[in-house]
Amino acid sequence: MADLEERFDRTIERDQRVEPRDWMPDGYRATMIRQIAQHAHSEIIGMQPEGEWITRAPSLRRKAILLAKVQDEAGHGLYLYSAAETLGADRAELTGMLIEGRQKYSSIFNYPTLGYADVGVIGWLVDGAAICNQVPLCRSSYGPYARAMIRICKEESFHQRQGYELLMTMMRGTEAQRAMVQDAVDRWWWPSLMMFGPPDDASPNTARSMAWKIKRHTNDELRQRFVDMSVPQAEALGVTLPDADLRWNAERGHHDFGPIDWSELQRVISGNGPCNARRVAVRRAAHEDGAWVREAATAHAAKAAGRVAGTDAGMGGGG
Amino acid sequence: MSSTEHTELPAYEAPDRNAHGRLDDTGDVYEMLDDAHEALAHAGNAYEALNDGDDPRWAYGTGFADPLAGVDTRVPDGVDGADLAAYCLMLGDDALIMSHRLQEWCTRAPELEEEVALANIALDLLGQARLLLARAGTADGSGRDEDALAFRRDAGEFRNVLLAEVPNGDFAEAMARLLVFATWRLALLERLTGSRDPVLAAVAVKGVKEVAYHRDYAAGWVVRLGDGTSYSRERAVAGLAAVWPLVTELFTPHEVELRLASAGAGADPSALREGFDDVLGQVLTAATLTRPTDTTFTQSSDTTLTRPTDTTFTLPRDTAPGRPAGRSGTHTAALTDLLAEMQSVARAHPDATW
Repeated sequence: MADLEERFDRTIERDQRVEPRDWMPDGYRATMIRQIAQHAHSEIIGMQPEGEWITRAPSLRRKAILLAKVQDEAGHGLYLYSAAETLGADRAELTGMLIEGRQKYSSIFNYPTLGYADVGVIGWLVDGAAICNQVPLCRSSYGPYARAMIRICKEESFHQRQGYELLMTMMRGTEAQRAMVQDAVDRWWWPSLMMFGPPDDASPNTARSMAWKIKRHTNDELRQRFVDMSVPQAEALGVTLPDADLRWNAERGHHDFGPIDWSELQRVISGNGPCNARRVAVRRAAHEDGAWVREAATAHAAKAAGRVAGTDAGMGGGG
Repeated sequence: MSSTEHTELPAYEAPDRNAHGRLDDTGDVYEMLDDAHEALAHAGNAYEALNDGDDPRWAYGTGFADPLAGVDTRVPDGVDGADLAAYCLMLGDDALIMSHRLQEWCTRAPELEEEVALANIALDLLGQARLLLARAGTADGSGRDEDALAFRRDAGEFRNVLLAEVPNGDFAEAMARLLVFATWRLALLERLTGSRDPVLAAVAVKGVKEVAYHRDYAAGWVVRLGDGTSYSRERAVAGLAAVWPLVTELFTPHEVELRLASAGAGADPSALREGFDDVLGQVLTAATLTRPTDTTFTQSSDTTLTRPTDTTFTLPRDTAPGRPAGRSGTHTAALTDLLAEMQSVARAHPDATW
């Protein structure tokens, strides 16, 4: 036991990867399952806000882009559930925890998408924030998660470009389109900053997660990075970020920004955001309405296996 | 101690500006987006892997290029341009409207693998629709682009078969519909690979590979559901029954189809029935299901179908006997509803650019 623990510690210390068959502390395993499952749930629930606009996309090219993006998110969910399964979790159980509200997903998806500009702003800001969080996780100490994250980050950065390109195009369009973009930015900016989680002094698990190298930077570091990145991007786009306190601080070499309303994050996380109930209801309905389909597939596979076994044993057709 | 250390984030570097303090163009901004993320991954080579090689991540048809760029779009000798345009609209509308019904499954599929597959099929059909609509706009000389044709026509101007437009039932009905649609369309596209219109031939060559997968995917599910549990079998029977009244229309030729077929550019759909029946026969046998009897609703006075979801829809009554309804512009109310949704944003902002 002490040997195993020592070997685990050494792996972490040398920046090597922990692999599924390696011994790991129970707390590490549980934390990783929770982290990966929440990420998987976020991908799946995250299909909804944008998915609602696929059938209404205003051009066929935009429709193709959005459909491909939402499909990628389903794919990300699949990889991530698979990564969680390497730790002994089960996809069906994790889905059960999601629809029973026992596991969380990113609170950003509890906000509504009110117009097509929201699709672009989600790509730019929400995917942008997600990438800030996720690129360092390509170096997560848990191997399967780190590898899944490489592919996911590739696709996410691609989605971000597409979102930004939509906004650029809209800003070159009509006055009404520019107003739609600004309105969407106004609604999504603060929730995007909240995606990095509570401030460091209120994030009790950060130290342990950093020690285990399953978290590489603190919430506040990543949030600052995101703000610094976004300011020139907003300027290039010609939109205003809705924060009167936002300004460059030459002394710090960073942008200062106004206080975040943490009570709002708390409210949304605890289930009282604008769309929490709807998001979970849609996922629950898909899962429950699909139960008979999954049962049929299992039953058919069993019958087919029975027939093969019967044939192999020279007993003819079987069942 | 060493286990708690972490690398400092690199200092923020502002992107280069031009003399006016602005970023030069969109290209600079994209570099800025990437650079910003790259800086986060400064240690290790993870991010290098993110930027390898050229970019295959643009899903087909999501780039900026004219989909028919570099293709000779002159109408071949002996083919009437208006007929060719009408024909491309028929095949393009089939794909566009069927894709819409599949898009409606998004976030509602029974399993994540099905989310991915249904979106993939919807994306393939959308790609086919775009090429065909673009071709219609060049063939009739109107110069209307894919979006003008998709978003600025009313239901009566759409030429898709009714099978594509009826509302989604449950998953069993969706798979029965997809099996019928893909089997028919595959047979059609196989013939069109030899079309005298090079654009149609190219669309067909690409489409054959895609639709062969759509057919196999749907067939797999029809078999699983038919030969699964007693409940899934019940749903499969009901789904097939709901879809079957729409089969006859697929093989009833419109005069444009016949003219295009004799000009060597199109295919006579009535010639596709035998191959269709063979494939359906094999799949239904494997699924332990019985083929429903054909109904020719175009000549019937009783045109209300009861659907597994307990919604009913009325097939158009005013279609002349033996004439294909959808191809002639006669549709169910479901198409009007579908278009109201599909065209809502585009029509709300008629002067916008997207």
